[in-house]
Amino acid sequence: MSGELSFTLDNQPVPFQDGQTIMEAARAAGVYIPHLCFNPDFAPHGSCRVCLVKVNGRTQASCTTPAMAGQVVQSETEELRDIRRGILEMMFVEGNHICPACEKSGACQLQAVAYYVGMLASPFTYFYPRRALDASHPDVVIDFNRCILCELCVRASRDMDGKNVFAVQNRGIQAHLVINTPSGKLGATTFSITDKAAQVCPTGAIMMKNQGYGSPIGLRLYDRESVKIVGDVAQAPESAGGRRHE
Amino acid sequence: MSVEPSTLGQTVSEIVQRHGNLPTRLLQILREVQDSLTWLSPEAMDAVAKEVGLSLDKVRRVAEFYSFLYTTPRGSYDILFSDNITDRMLGNRQLLHYLCDKLKVSIGQPRADGRVTVGVTSCTGMCDQGPAALVNGYALTSLDKPRLDRIAALVNQLAPLSEWPQEYFEVTTNIRRADILLGRHFADGAALRAVLKRGPDAMLEELVKSGLRGQGGAGFKLALKWISCRKAPGAVKYVVCNADEGEPGTFKDRVLMQEYADLVFEGMTLCGRVIGARQGFVYLRGEYRYLLEPLKATLQRRREIGLLGKNILGEPGFDFDIDIHLGAGAYVCGEESALIESLEGKHGVPRIRPPFPTTHGYLNKPTVVNNVETFAVTAKIAAEGGAWFASRGTLESKGTKLLSVSGDCERPGIYEYPFGVTVRRVLEDCGARDAQGVQMAGPAGHTISSKQYDRRICFDDLSTGGSFMVFAKHRDILDGMRNFAHFFVHESCGFCTPCRVGTSLLCDLVDKVHTGHGARADLDEMRRLGRIMKAGSHCGLGQTAPNSVLDSLDQFPEAWTRRLRSTSYEPAFDLDASLGEARRLSGRDDPGAHLPDEYSAMVRLAGLLTEREAPLSDDERNLLGALP
Amino acid sequence: MSKLKVATCSLAGCFGCHMSILDLDERLFTLVDLVEFDRSPITDIKQIGACDVGIIEGGVCNAENVHVLREFRGHCNILVSMGACAITGGVPTMRNRFTLKECLDESYLSGIGLVDAQVPNDPEIPLLLSKVHPLHEVVKIDYFLPGCPPSADAIWTFLNELLSGRPIALPYTQLHYD
Repeated sequence: MSGELSFTLDNQPVPFQDGQTIMEAARAAGVYIPHLCFNPDFAPHGSCRVCLVKVNGRTQASCTTPAMAGQVVQSETEELRDIRRGILEMMFVEGNHICPACEKSGACQLQAVAYYVGMLASPFTYFYPRRALDASHPDVVIDFNRCILCELCVRASRDMDGKNVFAVQNRGIQAHLVINTPSGKLGATTFSITDKAAQVCPTGAIMMKNQGYGSPIGLRLYDRESVKIVGDVAQAPESAGGRRHE
Repeated sequence: MSVEPSTLGQTVSEIVQRHGNLPTRLLQILREVQDSLTWLSPEAMDAVAKEVGLSLDKVRRVAEFYSFLYTTPRGSYDILFSDNITDRMLGNRQLLHYLCDKLKVSIGQPRADGRVTVGVTSCTGMCDQGPAALVNGYALTSLDKPRLDRIAALVNQLAPLSEWPQEYFEVTTNIRRADILLGRHFADGAALRAVLKRGPDAMLEELVKSGLRGQGGAGFKLALKWISCRKAPGAVKYVVCNADEGEPGTFKDRVLMQEYADLVFEGMTLCGRVIGARQGFVYLRGEYRYLLEPLKATLQRRREIGLLGKNILGEPGFDFDIDIHLGAGAYVCGEESALIESLEGKHGVPRIRPPFPTTHGYLNKPTVVNNVETFAVTAKIAAEGGAWFASRGTLESKGTKLLSVSGDCERPGIYEYPFGVTVRRVLEDCGARDAQGVQMAGPAGHTISSKQYDRRICFDDLSTGGSFMVFAKHRDILDGMRNFAHFFVHESCGFCTPCRVGTSLLCDLVDKVHTGHGARADLDEMRRLGRIMKAGSHCGLGQTAPNSVLDSLDQFPEAWTRRLRSTSYEPAFDLDASLGEARRLSGRDDPGAHLPDEYSAMVRLAGLLTEREAPLSDDERNLLGALP
Repeated sequence: MSKLKVATCSLAGCFGCHMSILDLDERLFTLVDLVEFDRSPITDIKQIGACDVGIIEGGVCNAENVHVLREFRGHCNILVSMGACAITGGVPTMRNRFTLKECLDESYLSGIGLVDAQVPNDPEIPLLLSKVHPLHEVVKIDYFLPGCPPSADAIWTFLNELLSGRPIALPYTQLHYD
């Protein structure tokens, strides 16, 4: 073990290779840090801020902070839990997340991470934005109400599928996901359910048609065990309620 | 205004070609296309996308991001009132409504004839000579009703801006106190001669000795930045001057660019020589559009006298030139990595750091980004030596600092002080005799009450980019806090959750308390939101956005609490107003169709009781005492 | 020790959370040893008296909901927001993406099979708020118990911890939003 690069995460040594972020090293070591916009298949983005940790006393996103030897990283502290919970609470009031009416419920990473950080309710005032639903595509429905602007679909479609189907427009609280066609409709694109972009959404914003409510309540992806053990929805196979094609 | 397709295509084509079809010039191209067409229609954006060879969504992303770019129609005259708290102190809101009435327009809506739009914008940096506005991007100062009468007439006559009275566009510099930067004569070329004579390494040594730190407010040690960039591998490097002076209440960079541009350009050229860069950029905030031509003329003059261009001062291989990019209304672009994104023609979302610009900056090449004032100071240090500079200031903060003083004082303007000056001294000098507080370093900075006037302006106490806004005793501090909260909602880039959502939530709570609908619980929620935003946000904007609210809760608690209702909790929305729509649709107005809020119902009841002729019993009086 | 008084009601909800209370089954016998129900669909008492705990399911969609909620807040030391609708507005908030006019037009003016179509204006009918809101946007809420509905087990855990004065800690399988 001597000579191996390592930092400590909640007092446990975590080895890393040069160039890895704290998140990547923690994942490799089997230590869970909650996250939403991070997906190991993509370059880090750092927008959801759920993966915040304290690095030598400074709060930083673990998905974008390079691991360095000797770093003292804290993750599971009450202070960080409260901040993470606060960020989740913001996401829930910003969009329209009506879990009881969502087919993704139970296999939704937004929900699972909120459970993980112990969110019972959002104490903030709900925005109830008026957002559209796009069912123009034969196989997929887009519910913009559930988008948390992680931009995973944007990145997947642009960088992996080479289709550039999604984009974010405007700024501030007006920022929102759009479909890159003059009509703004997914049906007018070459989007396909085999696209990487169809497999990355951590919420119910991108849903396959004709296959809702596949698993009964109690047997869904996150019903019995937490996201810490089950992992990301994008990494779980479709047969288990996840998004990854077999 | 409709434009013939062929004309549109030709206009766009000419502009794009003038910019060499370069994607990095996209923001500049869109600005100019809009100047010609008044707004960026889908057809115009499509034409730009095709000409530049970008996808339409990239063009739209940029067009929708910047607040001076319009994707809906605007009037041929676009008038935007600066809406900083200092403009408000000078009565800008009354003037705004006055002009809207005169021109018969509603705020933000183009007039039916397409001739004019009147709206508001964030601080335009004319706080010492407000109320201020922009017309088609050009600064208007010292507005009053007679001027607006005339402006309304000019608009209705379709008079081109060149025929407007030139004094309306006059921008004065108001330098009130000069020290080593503003006070001493500087011979053009002195810094460049010094670096040629002594070499880059000796020059870096002087900069180390000087102890100079970034004057934009962050205070990063300047020499460290330049050394890191000089050492960074790569043959192509860049120098970027951050003239995106967006922090409300600051205008010292505007004065430097107007009166001391040579000093700034000389500092940039010096940096180019030291780090090995051949190209520099000035990122000039869109609000300072009026400076563009004079600055270009200064650059041309410097080329002609051998201080810019090829073989500077006759030194073979000393090549350096400077280009000016205009911003388009985005405060976040003051953050250096967002500024670089914008300079590359993109929307200004701050990058992930590391890597830092000194190794991966403009076009991913090593880049030094410094503030206008910092570059000006480096030129002075190069000419006069590091020790000379370090003799001023404090141990940790060497030299002097330019303060932009505005608000309630007799002599607003620019004050240069050695670091370590007390707030009290500045207040005395500017003639602020009854200040209840100061907003230091802008809305993102510190809210100071009179108990703290002996604090010192320096990096180890009150760090600042230079904004100094004075609030007299008769002001309501909360007017300022509300203005700042709205500012951050408008300026959040929307990339990260805590800032995007937090600025809106915080603003709603400030509004709630300010309008007298708040309760103690709302203040607690503000503090928690502030904590989340500070710890969680991606960049400095979100991390500092709650500062003024949090500071004022500590420094001016009574300003908040006196607005609170005696209840511990108040609804998040107006319950009775929420029934208004149903009342209209059903035609009902019976008592059951109303939801008087409990508090005002009690107040009204208490009022009725005291007005009663019959004397009150003790029980009644006790009961009444318990009411608000 | 006198029993704690508990009141419950459903506002803009579906009574599903109350069904879940009934799902406590034989645990209800244990519960009534500890608490006495005041106003509640279980007792059919219509007027609330002074209570220790008020438990409310459903969000706030009309004027009557506001009155009842205020009455509960005024009479209960501890107010619990139970279920997705109380906590987030829930399924009824799906009307928030339309204007009230659109909703009423669809229901009363342009729907299929309507005769003498008009928007109801009887003062007996509570007027609708322009949007549906969660409880915490109208009154202070002390505890939240999520779920659609929260399971009987979650309700049991919650009540036990509340009555014993411990901080509420739901086991993983009892914390859900649906």
